[in-house]
Amino acid sequence: MGNAIELRNVTKTFGTIIANDDVTLTIREGEILSLLGENGSGKTTLMNMLSGIYFPDSGSIFVKGEQVEIRSPKDAYDLKIGMVHQHFKLIDVFTATENIALGTDKNSQGRFSLRSVKAKAREICERYGFDLNLDQKVYEMSVSQKQTLEIVKVLYRGADYLILDEPTAVLTPQEVEKLFAVIRNMKADGKSVVIITHKLKEVLEISDRVAIMRKGRFIGSVLTAEATEGSLTEMMVGEKVELNIARSTPSDVIKRIEVRNLSVINHEGLRVLTDINFDINGGEILGIAGISGNGQKELLESIAGLQRTISGTSIKYYPGENGEKELQLVGMNPRDIRNAGIHLAFVPEDRLGMGLVRSMGMDENMMLKTYDEGSSIITNRKLPREMAEQIKESLGVVTPSITTPVAQLSGGNVQKVLVGREISSDPTVIMTAYAVRGLDINTSYTIYRLLNEQKERGTAVVYVGEELDVLLELCDRILVLCGGRVSGIVDAREVTKEELGLLMTKYGGKEEG
Amino acid sequence: MDSLLAWILRAIPFGTIIMYGALGEILTEKSGNLNLGVPGIMYLGGFAGFAGSYYYEHLSPNPNGAMCVFVALAACIAASMAGGLIYSFITITLRANQNVTGLALTIFGKGVANFFGVYILNGASYTAAPLANSMFAARIFPFADKNAVTQVIFSYGFLVYVAVILAVIFGKVLNRTRVGLNLRAVGENPAAADADGISVTKYKYLATCIGAGVSGLGGLYYVLDYNHGIWATTGQIEALGWLAVALVIFTTWKPYNAIWGAYLFGMFYWLYQFLPDIMGWKLAGYVTDLIQMVPYVVTIFVLLGVSRRKKKENQPPESLGLSYFREDR
Amino acid sequence: MKEPFVRIIRRRSDTFRHKVLVRFIAIVLALIVNAFFIYFVTGLNPVDVYVVMFRGTFGNVMRFSWAIRDMVTLLGIGIALAPAFKMRFWNIGAEGQVLMGGLATALIMVYCGNSLPTPVLFLVMIVASVAAGGIWGFIPAFFKSKWRTNETLFTLMMNYVAISIVSALTNYMRGQASSLGKLNMGTQAGWLPKFLGQSYNINILIIGILTVLIYLYLKYSKQGYEIAVIGESENTALYAGINVTRVRIRTMIISGAICGLVGFLIVSGRDQTISTNTAGGNGFTAIIVAWLAKFNTFYMALISFLLIFLTKGAAEIASAYALNDFAADIITAVILFFILGSEFFINYKLIFRGKGGDR
Repeated sequence: MGNAIELRNVTKTFGTIIANDDVTLTIREGEILSLLGENGSGKTTLMNMLSGIYFPDSGSIFVKGEQVEIRSPKDAYDLKIGMVHQHFKLIDVFTATENIALGTDKNSQGRFSLRSVKAKAREICERYGFDLNLDQKVYEMSVSQKQTLEIVKVLYRGADYLILDEPTAVLTPQEVEKLFAVIRNMKADGKSVVIITHKLKEVLEISDRVAIMRKGRFIGSVLTAEATEGSLTEMMVGEKVELNIARSTPSDVIKRIEVRNLSVINHEGLRVLTDINFDINGGEILGIAGISGNGQKELLESIAGLQRTISGTSIKYYPGENGEKELQLVGMNPRDIRNAGIHLAFVPEDRLGMGLVRSMGMDENMMLKTYDEGSSIITNRKLPREMAEQIKESLGVVTPSITTPVAQLSGGNVQKVLVGREISSDPTVIMTAYAVRGLDINTSYTIYRLLNEQKERGTAVVYVGEELDVLLELCDRILVLCGGRVSGIVDAREVTKEELGLLMTKYGGKEEG
Repeated sequence: MDSLLAWILRAIPFGTIIMYGALGEILTEKSGNLNLGVPGIMYLGGFAGFAGSYYYEHLSPNPNGAMCVFVALAACIAASMAGGLIYSFITITLRANQNVTGLALTIFGKGVANFFGVYILNGASYTAAPLANSMFAARIFPFADKNAVTQVIFSYGFLVYVAVILAVIFGKVLNRTRVGLNLRAVGENPAAADADGISVTKYKYLATCIGAGVSGLGGLYYVLDYNHGIWATTGQIEALGWLAVALVIFTTWKPYNAIWGAYLFGMFYWLYQFLPDIMGWKLAGYVTDLIQMVPYVVTIFVLLGVSRRKKKENQPPESLGLSYFREDR
Repeated sequence: MKEPFVRIIRRRSDTFRHKVLVRFIAIVLALIVNAFFIYFVTGLNPVDVYVVMFRGTFGNVMRFSWAIRDMVTLLGIGIALAPAFKMRFWNIGAEGQVLMGGLATALIMVYCGNSLPTPVLFLVMIVASVAAGGIWGFIPAFFKSKWRTNETLFTLMMNYVAISIVSALTNYMRGQASSLGKLNMGTQAGWLPKFLGQSYNINILIIGILTVLIYLYLKYSKQGYEIAVIGESENTALYAGINVTRVRIRTMIISGAICGLVGFLIVSGRDQTISTNTAGGNGFTAIIVAWLAKFNTFYMALISFLLIFLTKGAAEIASAYALNDFAADIITAVILFFILGSEFFINYKLIFRGKGGDR
């Protein structure tokens, strides 16, 4: 197998963030290569430089031994490189055929005709075994159908090198099997396929070779046949780090929130949560595990008053020991919840798009949830300023000034601002979504420490996470979501990583047979 | 009956002015650029066309009709496209806000046309280009006066038919060609189009400049045919420009709809003069003023209907009004 | 690998000095382009022309006073738009909102001018104009909330509906007369009283106060904070528990109401009459003013002054050199083009080949 594509010493930065640091990577002819790495390890950025979305700051790219410049997606297609992005780049109001016909088309000679495009696309579908209605409009398609369309589109353009960015993240197990079948068909046809992923199981199942990235650097590559989950994990996370997250035994555990029959249908009409039942207790950390996009976001947002739930849902808040009556949260918006005297803190996944206001400084962001307190028509500026100074001090937020727009801070500092604010509201419940995503080790540990402190002072903590090791070491109980249902609620001290993995990928977690 | 005939005979030329304006703007908006400079562009086109033919008529010792038409069209298209180019450069390359840039272009076009117009007027309140008018207003079908039907269909200058042909071509190009498909993709989702290897910048520039060229023809048609080849300093072109923007919404961004939509707007516009005649009503002046709002009110209802039904195919292009920067993240 | 000749990256932060410098350069460049334009059209020395232009505003006290009068009209509409724009609601309908306010004022003047005692009359005029402008702002905001109707296009259309209504009612009011003329010419009922010699000085005063008030409103009030959050991200607003629909409608009513109030000031304090030209295109120009000032009402005052200075200056050139007023439009538009284009150099940075990235 010859070298199809080589990246040599490629570096790409965004402002102060180094997304790729001196990466050298080879893709061979006719292989299935997994590009493995945790979230934020720079896999997608690296591949985007092959697909013409980004241009490297330095380094060089060779295709079939010749140095090339890829300035645009068109250049990439000319070099027979095609990428299926995680966020599909499809035109909603177009049919599948129209989407395929877009752009520069090397296949058709002479007059443009959608009919011939369709015929050609159908040929591709049949050859590789895709199941796609070419006359369907994209806005009527399911996620899996859209992905199929993207792949057909790339093949239609004559790509010999396909890059798939997290293709299985949004698929059901059956759909994954189907996808892997077509990927094998493509390999049999002589194409090279790069799969960006962080799922070990799939890496071992589908690929010939694995390349591992960590924190923007290329760590190495191994033949899949010689790899094990253990060896890959080691390369992915680095030398075996004992996380050593301090975890205390829960004491004085009391029920804070009781979720019953929670079901949600999103605005695309899809049922994303079905009949969820669980309790959130003060004095312990409840982990929520699951492959991303399995209802985690909707679950937290339902409790926070940001998500409309289906009738029959009950989310009750228990104020405490002194016999106060519980409160029904369904139908309340965040302000109602606040006004009911409930200190519910929420660190959403989208920090700058939901948790904070990009263009405001730390000071003004501090008052996002408290600006309306008091009867004055003027906002109180003094308290937020003091609070900002205090958080800057205690959490070590690196910022030129508390008035600097938070969008200009690094990811870790943004998260410190957000978590700092939420914690300082003296919450009885704090929910976090992917609280350490994209953060460096130090900041991550700061977050773990803060959550543990909250737990020790009796706060009910909900931690939605993606790294199983963290969930296992940080949490007391773990709720596993699978396909929008509770696949299981387990004791974090007892459960093994494999059991968790099984619960995540299979409802109920039982082996077949 | 005669009134109805006269009404239609007035509505079709009127509709033609705004059909040009709207067709150009549809093309522009399909690329995601909301160009509120349409009135300015129509001023530029109308004035340049007039000035070109005026000077040709007055300076050439032996002016020739065909040449006069050519000069007028060339000057009009060049000036309008220059307006489109200014807008494109500022909004596409320099990524400035489209609404604001468009409004500035309207001020610019109005200023240029009226400022330089004064040199031609030279103290008079209006001046004319008779040769150009005779060429542009000449009926191209000899049998036009045979009966009422032929009159309605055949009794206009050639630009009326060019507008219809252009609308059909635009419709075909947008729906049936790869260029059209790519253009619509750029307006819907530039990031996706970009990822498909479509040059977003090129398409936006071309659509906006060509669109401006077509919009400008509306101004030319207004001055050299509809207004009998007379140039005067008025605000009329601006009002027509905004009506063209309204028509774009009314058509739900579809060129074929612009054909009947434009004539319908023409009927609305002249409603105040002809409907009372036909119905035998005697209306006070102020009522006729009120009737002038009909095209706008109808457009508002179309806008409301479209947004309420949420039919994807009738919405404005998804990225309308936004500039695109590939590395934004 | 060869770098592209020039790359564009978004600036992460920017100093005040740099912002001022970029805008200053833009204005200087625009003046140079305008100088070429003046020279080629008139053959006059542009410097002389600019000196004449200067006289348009600063020639004598009266001219200055008129310039300020016209400036506050533009500024008033600009500050009316500020809350809406800050919320990222494209209110292109100021022209119509001003007209409706002016019309309401004129109707009260004509039909109640002689029956109501003066203080009550003014009160009714103000309330009516504010209500009329507010309604004109409310309608598009309501439908934006209900069906997500595109507000740019909706508010644009509302302008022409307003123009038709004004044109119809002025027509109705003038009856057989050839023009409407000054309203209540005899009694001067509903005319703002003279203050320091001119009625319009009250306009200047009121707009001056409003400029400060809106500045404070946007910067320090709770409602202003809500507006800022919604403008930045609706998701964040929902997260904070802000009722987006309510704030959007409320803000547009405020925006329209201030436009209506400006309509009142124009009719009662400046023109004492109403026509379709009452707003005189200021509704559109003010959009540019509000946008360029980035919703800061004091910058708006500066920009309004610049634009009025240009307009007055161009008029002065026109009369001095027998040109025409439309030169003002050209000169203004060129300056606007340059300032709009210069924003790019504030938000982005060009990196030329071999100059490295910013690390």
